[in-house]
Amino acid sequence: MRVVAAMSGGVDSAVAAARAKEAGHDVTGVHLALSRNPASYRSGARGCCTIEDANDARRAADVIGIPFYVWDLSDRFHEDVVEDFMSEYAEGRTPNPCLRCNEKIKFAAVLDRALALGFDAVATGHYATLREDADGLVELHRAVDGGKDQSYVLGVLDQDQLRHSLFPLGDTPKPQVREEAARRGLLVADKPDSHDICFVADGDNAGWLREKLGDRAPNESGPIVDESGEVLGEHQGTYAYTIGQRKGLRLGKPAPDGKPRFVLDIEPVSGTVTVGPREHLAVDGLSGIRPRWAGRAPEGVLEGTVQLRAHGDEHRARVTVTGDDVEIELLDPAYGIAPGQAAVIYDGTRVVGSATISSTRRAALT
Amino acid sequence: MNPRTVYLDHAATTPMASAAIEAMTAELALVGNASSLHASGRRARRVLEESRERIAAALGSRPGEVVFTSGGTEADNLALKGAFWARRGQDPARTRILTTTVEHHAVLDPLQWLETTEGAHVELVPCDETGRVDLAAMKEAIERDPASVAVISVMWANNEVGTLQPVTEVAEMAAAHGIPVHTDAVQAVGAVPVDFATSGVDALSLTGHKLGGPVGAGALVVRRELELTALVHGGGQERDVRSGTHATAAIAGFAAAVELAVKEQEAYATRVGALRDRLVEQVLAAVPDSHLNGPPLQPLGRHRLPNNAQIAFPGCEGDSLLMLLDAAGVECSTGAACSAGVPQASHVLLAMGQSDEQARSSLRFSLGHTTTDEDVDRLVAAIGPAVERGRAAGLQR
Repeated sequence: MRVVAAMSGGVDSAVAAARAKEAGHDVTGVHLALSRNPASYRSGARGCCTIEDANDARRAADVIGIPFYVWDLSDRFHEDVVEDFMSEYAEGRTPNPCLRCNEKIKFAAVLDRALALGFDAVATGHYATLREDADGLVELHRAVDGGKDQSYVLGVLDQDQLRHSLFPLGDTPKPQVREEAARRGLLVADKPDSHDICFVADGDNAGWLREKLGDRAPNESGPIVDESGEVLGEHQGTYAYTIGQRKGLRLGKPAPDGKPRFVLDIEPVSGTVTVGPREHLAVDGLSGIRPRWAGRAPEGVLEGTVQLRAHGDEHRARVTVTGDDVEIELLDPAYGIAPGQAAVIYDGTRVVGSATISSTRRAALT
Repeated sequence: MNPRTVYLDHAATTPMASAAIEAMTAELALVGNASSLHASGRRARRVLEESRERIAAALGSRPGEVVFTSGGTEADNLALKGAFWARRGQDPARTRILTTTVEHHAVLDPLQWLETTEGAHVELVPCDETGRVDLAAMKEAIERDPASVAVISVMWANNEVGTLQPVTEVAEMAAAHGIPVHTDAVQAVGAVPVDFATSGVDALSLTGHKLGGPVGAGALVVRRELELTALVHGGGQERDVRSGTHATAAIAGFAAAVELAVKEQEAYATRVGALRDRLVEQVLAAVPDSHLNGPPLQPLGRHRLPNNAQIAFPGCEGDSLLMLLDAAGVECSTGAACSAGVPQASHVLLAMGQSDEQARSSLRFSLGHTTTDEDVDRLVAAIGPAVERGRAAGLQR
């Protein structure tokens, strides 16, 4: 196959590209320029998107012995990922831009361009595995290394996207990938993993949103109240808060029981943030919209599991799909779940699909 | 596998001529700092000065007017910053710099730097749709207030579309007011006749690796009367405007290449011009809706460099095409890329009035002394299928 290896400049995508080549594919390395104004050097926890990262990717391609190009997707990334991130936060939701990027950029804009240019597939360094079922459908499964498993952020891929994807690292634990990188002479073998959101340089989401939203912020301040409506403090914009957040609330008045309080609800129109005890965060039901199915949509009631955030716990669940509506009953309650997050549905290790959480149902207190 | 790479990017860099390789390698084997006083130093100095004389003879200048640099970018920086500082030092009213919208970044970026950090006022004189500077606008810009102009810079030949500029006319206009004119002739020497003395310019940049010499050696040919403020201070080499131990071997190769390129210029232009004309004709025939950017091809060497063909392929990204042709063993260029390697819409094509979309769908093919009929045939065979695929992928954004 002719394969585009998306190379961020990190160790995983470099080894993935090398393995794709070793498997006999005709591989071309492509670094995606996603930032309109890339910084020259890495800073903080980021592991991509600077000119230095592009150079790391280029040097890895040299060592592997494949052609290398930079594709400018900064406008698409801005429109489809960054703008969406901002407007979701402004609406009081908590989006995951990595899923969005996989759905709209890596396995859409890049894949479409690659296919049109005569390539057959896109390879990435995601930790996940692909298998073919008896009917020839491509199944997406969790990676062997449970700690590194990234099937969650791939839960938005449909059959057509999976059919043109390669995840060469799914069968290998991360430490072995680093060893292999060193063995292959890749200079990025020791490069730290990237964390946080790639376009928020210092990891300060609230500060980034404050700067970027500007006049588009739904509110600049408002009350933080408890469930009885009593005002406990003031906030500097609802977009700076996430359901389940505990830190940085700066409440003037301690709870009567002395226990910590968490964000329970965010209401951007009235500009109200509601806080309460942890047990009130417990959720036992979710409604989802915008479902994306890896293969066929489940029929009847699916008894499986759901994962609600990257590297989050698995919750046993009953999933019922009606058209584009997904109802999820959680058998193990989940805490701090916010609309906008993705619920990825699994049957064993297999990704069934995903939905964007539109509302949550608070568990009855026992 | 392809039998041989088809290299059609000679405007980026061209293979070294055998004479240049011989001159350079002979010198590499020897010792001697051209500033040393002993026999080895004198020997190196002799190579250096003979190189200077050969270049001066080839370009119609005096040997004392040749200042060796590391290449074209340094020569441009020295000419522009050096002349700006010296001329403004003589008269603080001289803050304007006139240039064109289609210069290379080696001219535009130092000027932008002078504007943001040194208080220069840079005026970009527009060009027509072929990339040729508007002489009436240049005249107006000069005559609006000639006393305030520190320096004028107009390239001899454009690197992207090959347009030859009316450098001599600009030099005449400027001379009437005593304003020095610099020209970046990096693409021109060896491709079209270039004579420093008769051109009327005060400073001219050239570089070795565009004409069969090594990367790392170039020169600013500059009249003795034009005072330059030094950018690099040290041992006082090169009439104290460009210190640093002479790269004698590279300079020897550079001089051999200049001499050869100028001697062969006419034969080169005729041979490569004919190949270029066939390339354009057959590529345009192979790809529906493609067209030539920039000035007309004929008469040879009048409007355009003989080795340049810049062709637009509407409906596809130039960088997609470049990648597809690269995979087929054919190498060309989209114009400029930023330091991360992201292709950018050419500021030259934008200045010629093209849209961002048009500018991004163009490729530059530049021929050179090693280009053969087979190279053109291979491109003509590869371009049709590449554009078909590129158009299927469409324009990004």
